[in-house]
Amino acid sequence: MQRLRKILESYQGKREDIIPVLQDIQKEYGYLPENALKELSKYTGVSEGQIYGIATFYAQFRFKPKGGKHVIVCTGTACHVKGSDQIIDTIQRHLKIKEGDTTPDHEYSLEAVGCIGCCSLAPCIMINEKVISKIKPRQIKRLLPQKS
Amino acid sequence: MKRRMEIILDGQRIRVDEGKSILDAALENNIYIPHLCFRPGLDAFGACRLCLVETLDGRLVTACETPVEDGMQVISDSDRLNRIRRVIASLLINGHVGDCLKCPRSGECKLEDISSYLGINDEDLTKLREFKIDDSIDDSNPFFLKDNGKCILCGLCVQSCDIIGVNAIDFTFRGAKTKIGTFMDKPLIDSICVSCGECVETCPVGALVKKSEKPSREVKTVCPYCGVGCGIYLGIRGDRIVSARGDPENPVNNGRLCVKGRFALNFVNSSERLEKPLIKEDNEFKEVEWDEAIAFIADKLSKYNGDEFAAIASAKCTNEENYLLQKFTRTVMKSNNIDHCARLCHAPSLVALSESLGSGAMTNSINELKKASCILAIGTNTTETHPVIAYKVIEAVKNGSKLIVVNPTRIELVRHADIYLRNKPGTDVPLILGMCKAIIEKNLIDHEFMKKRTEGFESFKEYVYDLEWDEIESITGISRDKIREAAILYASSPAASIIYAMGITQHFNGTDNVFALSNLALLTGNLGRANTGINPLRGQNNVQGASDMGALPDLYPGYQSIDDAREKFEKKWNCKLPKEKGLILPKIFERACKGKIKALYIMGENPILSEADINNVEEALKSIEFLIVQDIFPSETSKFADVILPACSFAEKDGTFTNTERRVQLIKSAVRPPGDAKPDWWIICKIAEKMGVPGFEFENPREIFDEIRELVPAYGGMSYKRLENGGIQWPCRSRDDPGTVFLYKDGFTRENGRAKFILPSFRLFETPDEDYPFILITGRSLYQYHTRTMTSKIKGLEEFKDWKSLEMNPIDGEKLGVREGDFVLVKSRRGSVKAKVRFNEALMEGVTFMSFHFAPVNRLTSSVRDPLSGMPALKVSCVDLIPQ
Ligand code: SF4
Ligand code: SF4
Ligand code: SF4
Ligand code: FES
Ligand code: FES
Repeated sequence: MQRLRKILESYQGKREDIIPVLQDIQKEYGYLPENALKELSKYTGVSEGQIYGIATFYAQFRFKPKGGKHVIVCTGTACHVKGSDQIIDTIQRHLKIKEGDTTPDHEYSLEAVGCIGCCSLAPCIMINEKVISKIKPRQIKRLLPQKS
Repeated sequence: MKRRMEIILDGQRIRVDEGKSILDAALENNIYIPHLCFRPGLDAFGACRLCLVETLDGRLVTACETPVEDGMQVISDSDRLNRIRRVIASLLINGHVGDCLKCPRSGECKLEDISSYLGINDEDLTKLREFKIDDSIDDSNPFFLKDNGKCILCGLCVQSCDIIGVNAIDFTFRGAKTKIGTFMDKPLIDSICVSCGECVETCPVGALVKKSEKPSREVKTVCPYCGVGCGIYLGIRGDRIVSARGDPENPVNNGRLCVKGRFALNFVNSSERLEKPLIKEDNEFKEVEWDEAIAFIADKLSKYNGDEFAAIASAKCTNEENYLLQKFTRTVMKSNNIDHCARLCHAPSLVALSESLGSGAMTNSINELKKASCILAIGTNTTETHPVIAYKVIEAVKNGSKLIVVNPTRIELVRHADIYLRNKPGTDVPLILGMCKAIIEKNLIDHEFMKKRTEGFESFKEYVYDLEWDEIESITGISRDKIREAAILYASSPAASIIYAMGITQHFNGTDNVFALSNLALLTGNLGRANTGINPLRGQNNVQGASDMGALPDLYPGYQSIDDAREKFEKKWNCKLPKEKGLILPKIFERACKGKIKALYIMGENPILSEADINNVEEALKSIEFLIVQDIFPSETSKFADVILPACSFAEKDGTFTNTERRVQLIKSAVRPPGDAKPDWWIICKIAEKMGVPGFEFENPREIFDEIRELVPAYGGMSYKRLENGGIQWPCRSRDDPGTVFLYKDGFTRENGRAKFILPSFRLFETPDEDYPFILITGRSLYQYHTRTMTSKIKGLEEFKDWKSLEMNPIDGEKLGVREGDFVLVKSRRGSVKAKVRFNEALMEGVTFMSFHFAPVNRLTSSVRDPLSGMPALKVSCVDLIPQ
């Protein structure tokens, strides 16, 4: 709360401030905690519904803390053509979470993004910054082992 | 006057006002151009592109966004256009899951219309790739469904929710994933949505639909809940009310409604309604026929004389019925003991504003708020209590009006405010006087106004000079700079309006509060002009009317004093009238306890829950020898009755209601009453007739209204016929008088035509001490109504906000060591109740809140009264909290 106050108070609370504040909050906490957004709503007078609308418009914001391993699936054109949909589906089923979510044990989080710049090796995913290219659905289980 | 323009649409010449769009022009002339994301009254959004039209030079433009130009030639139907439209429509239909036959919107769906207009066929659709969409359904709201799969992202719902200032929903995510969502994508019921249903009304397809059945016919009438008096169309099927929608033509609400008006009217159909007259015999109620009940009452009542009888009129009944009940009390029973619940809400306004300005009503109108350059909202939680007025305040703010909110609780309106003053509860007089002091210091006074239209300014000035800023700061808890800032904003605005409600009046010093506000408005010349004024927001739908009709112990209909106007009324009513002033409501109960009031006639009220200090009321009802209760439902009060009479609800009778802005509106009978229930006016007439007293030979409410018109000059020019379209605001003195939008244009209605500065005193009631360290505020909730006689019959409403809990700031909770859901004993000097704790950060530390819908709360409140108006100090009392 203290940290949040400090962020909020460095702005005037105008509507235009929302995006930079969101960036600061994400920098501070690694994601946008629900309570922080509620406070931001009170501070700016912009409703929480609208703040959520703004925040979800930008791919950079997340609403759950990242997991220990942050999995990014590329859905850019090349990867899409090479079947990234299927990759996402497989990962979602394997980790039992939806895109944008974090597993309850905070081990994994999953995000879909646009082209990550390795088109010639499509389809690709990234696990904590490390690119894995030409990935096939059956590799997923091994790449993302589950504690059990 | 707007300039008229002529355009040629598909070869036809049509004329429209300047500034309208091509689509407006077409729709006004009954020409159909396909459109989805536009609805009259909302801004054009240009999302669906279906309204494309061709101009003379072959350009394609959206009809909804393009303003007309004189001489413009437009083609709305061509192969080229329809080809494009067909593609757009096919894409929309493709991204739309659901079977039209099973959709509740079928028949009214705009997408369906378009599809058949364009002749979309299977072939168009099979060409398209399958589209993955979120087709989840949010079923959480009790009154409507959100079916995401059917959403075509037209944005009309987002705009509707924005207009009313809630902004619960917005476009979320982007690209192919875009959807209309709430904060964190939660179910609507867990969002800040207030269930007004505005979005449901505008959705062109089946993505937002009411859960209620569709009606087979509609009747135009007025919402029976709050004092705003929104115009509605009741939807009826058989003899049941199944739905309601706002009347777009009604000037009060322009089609908008709140959750109660839109979704909570089917209490009328409840199986718990009273259907037969009941007489108590050996402590059991026995059903009887009307003849027997009337004869029984007539016989009993004839045994009591004058001051042994009292009647309680009802702000829920029509003007005609309140008029009759006071006439009955005065002419048949020869008593002036008649009062109504305004004693518990706006008696201080009536007293103070009559004394300082001349009349106790709202000086200006609801719609003027939209044009006020500054609005001071003090002691009113408008979004909860007068939702549709709150919509207008928020609309004003969006258009650049400044908003000052004064309230100990951080209410929803604060989000829209420019200045928020969070004073300690019950310290409004010093705060307002502080504002006056600042205005005088800065010389922002309207001198001209002062000289020409007021009196008493010099002594007020001296009085204010003597106040010390230190004292003001320490009492209110607000710094002088903040107070000055608010004062300057208010005083330097060209037109400033004050709105207030129970937070001002329900105090030991309620009348002083209103005096202070009236002085503030006078000082700055904010009276007698458009978009200004001092505006008490009345709580119940017809509380203004009940006062207008003379349901008051010292005034006849039209606020004519029983001392000065007695002869006039004796002549008109053709009988002698009692001289003695009657008793005010709380006194009626006091005297009843002492055995002085022996017979009591209660029409449509539930005083055992609504009065301050209910222990006392219970005793009073027990001591009364003969108690008549006339209502639509059995209530806590009717248990004590000797006779219970089944009355008609607002939907089963004709008559008039007068809303908070003095607007008299017609209500119409829409369904058959249950069982033998009868309109209140009919019942009163029958009893009077049986008692052999003339003057009650009315066949219908219209005849009663005609008698009212003759006696009440402010209603003189009205007739049912004239009221047909949106009503008329009093005073309306003659047939060609259009009514009065704002009062005091040409002078105040006091003897000398001048308004008077009256010095309010500084008295404060109970302040917290060691034994009772917390302040308890009482108020109402959006989702409930008064003693809940009506709203408890609407199941869906129970799902909202827990109205039974004690709300407190979490910090206090921590200090007391209680958590949400724990029980505490709330103890005041008068009694105690147990309640569940709910945290509410909006409350100030040390301040707790309970809604007055929760019956036992008035065991805690004090019946100590404002000496000037008789108003009990319901709003604040001091309590101790003992964790259980
Ligand atoms: S019901 Fe009212 S508050 Fe709720 S989302 Fe719709 S418009 Fe907004
Ligand atoms: S829910 Fe209805 S009104 Fe809202 S965007 Fe979807 S289709 Fe339009
Ligand atoms: S604001 Fe008042 S009058 Fe209007 S719909 Fe709601 S309860 Fe009825
Ligand atoms: S599209 Fe996947 S890396 Fe470029
Ligand atoms: S109605 Fe004009 S773009 Fe939708």
